[in-house]
Amino acid sequence: MATKASRSAARLMISPAVVLLLGWMLVPLSLTIYFSFLRYNLITPGANPFAGWDNYYWFLTDPSFKAAMANTLLLVGGVLLITVVGGILFALLLDQPMWGQGIIRIMAIAPFFVMPTVSGLVWKNMFMNPVNGIFGHIAQGLGLQPLDFFSQIPLLSIILIVSWQWLPFATLILLTALQSLDQEQLEASEMDGAGSFSRFLFIMLPHMARAITVVILIQTIFLLSIFAEILVTTNGGPGVSTTNLTYLIYVSSLLQFDVGMGSAGGVIAIILANIVAIFLMRMIGKNLDA
Amino acid sequence: MARNVTTSRKSINTIAAGALGFLMFFPVLWIVILSFKTEGNAIKAPLEILFNTGWTTESYGAVQARSNYFKHFSNSLIISLGSTFLGMLIAIPAAWSMAFVPAKRTKDVLMWMLSTKMLPPVGVLIPIYLIFRDLGILDTRTGLVIVLMLINLPIIVWMLYTYFREIPGEILEAARMDGASLREEVIHVLVPMAIPGMASTVLLNVILAWNEAFWTLNLTAAKAAPLTAFIASYSSPEGLFYAKLSAASVMAIAPILIMGWFSQKQLVRGLTFGAVK
Repeated sequence: MATKASRSAARLMISPAVVLLLGWMLVPLSLTIYFSFLRYNLITPGANPFAGWDNYYWFLTDPSFKAAMANTLLLVGGVLLITVVGGILFALLLDQPMWGQGIIRIMAIAPFFVMPTVSGLVWKNMFMNPVNGIFGHIAQGLGLQPLDFFSQIPLLSIILIVSWQWLPFATLILLTALQSLDQEQLEASEMDGAGSFSRFLFIMLPHMARAITVVILIQTIFLLSIFAEILVTTNGGPGVSTTNLTYLIYVSSLLQFDVGMGSAGGVIAIILANIVAIFLMRMIGKNLDA
Repeated sequence: MARNVTTSRKSINTIAAGALGFLMFFPVLWIVILSFKTEGNAIKAPLEILFNTGWTTESYGAVQARSNYFKHFSNSLIISLGSTFLGMLIAIPAAWSMAFVPAKRTKDVLMWMLSTKMLPPVGVLIPIYLIFRDLGILDTRTGLVIVLMLINLPIIVWMLYTYFREIPGEILEAARMDGASLREEVIHVLVPMAIPGMASTVLLNVILAWNEAFWTLNLTAAKAAPLTAFIASYSSPEGLFYAKLSAASVMAIAPILIMGWFSQKQLVRGLTFGAVK
């Protein structure tokens, strides 16, 4: 039983973490909101007059905002589609009896540990470069015109790179979920004459449903903030064709030094991420009670 | 009863999964190969590179000579170990008390900590940048240690909490009955049982901090740049650089790849906040 003394000791032990995180959240967050209502540019020092909703108005009506939103949705949606479908298939395959499963799994999850700047540059140069990249060499070997990935299909190229990084994560989590499936249930269904497809549809998929939702939500949180891969491959271009919301805010704040506008964008990014976060938190919270 | 599997079925599975696993791993393998080639050879056709060129370690030396690679390597090391160590120092007491002296609001506190992790970094980029500028800690390792500690703190607290919660409370009570003080209870009972969980937490967070590439890119320039930022400097190359980029990349990812393979299971638990075990 917790005594009064141990309770206050407990409070004392939690407080550093709480105070730090509270500071980390509240101070920058309130500053972002405050800046978003100012006309504030680092290049033109002096007074930063109150600007009302101007920054929001300019940010939201800027054509690049529309493009960035579309790119963000395509990037997140495309990567989710590839990694979730691919992850399910890969997990099903890895769950089968085979030799050397440990080694195969180690190879399959390796991309997740490669730092984003390395994977961006390696794919850009060693694979997708139309002259010296492997894909270019293969196309030449087949007598085809090599594809110039980053000028012909820039966003899709980024989607492919990011999917390579995140497929292992989806696979690993779905495999973990699959392995917790009761084998007897599978055997019983088999004896009842269920084929492998209906076993997948009616037993495995429902069992994985929760893990799939977790994968989607967590990946969305991270994918909304994709930055390094874009920075080292396309710098958001050509034009704004690979600029996502994160990159657009980076450009207006640290390249154009427009603190007010960047902050307005930041507030919008926070609101968007929170919509996803609410669902994720609800799922995790449910698990805490169990 | 184990299901009977025919050998041919097993062979097909092995080949299919092996091929897929190899494809996923291939880019990593490829840069390992290129890192041992000369620049001239590294841009040849793949088959020619594989079967018709010699091996050399000159790129590794060149990377170090050109840009003082080990400075960035040690930046990465200090930043990832420092932020993890600091985070553990703050998180262990918090997770301990939440796991063993749960209060009514413990769950709310945990969920709230998690919610700070959902804040998109770009939303607070400007204030952090300006605060760091005014404090004079832009482009310093201290600054990055602080930021990375803060962004990983929720994960550290959560992981430790889920591990600590699995330690049976009765053992602690038994120790208390035998007259152990709080300090003895922690040192002799809790710590030995908690070490595996703490080790996994450290491992995962070193990996996350090592690979973090938003704050490290935006808050550093030449001085404190860790490997993530250093490698990014290869995005505007001069002349032939495939072999050098490969060598720099191999050295940057090798330590984490090895740690990552050891932490597969913890990865699932740490990154899903216990929602999938």
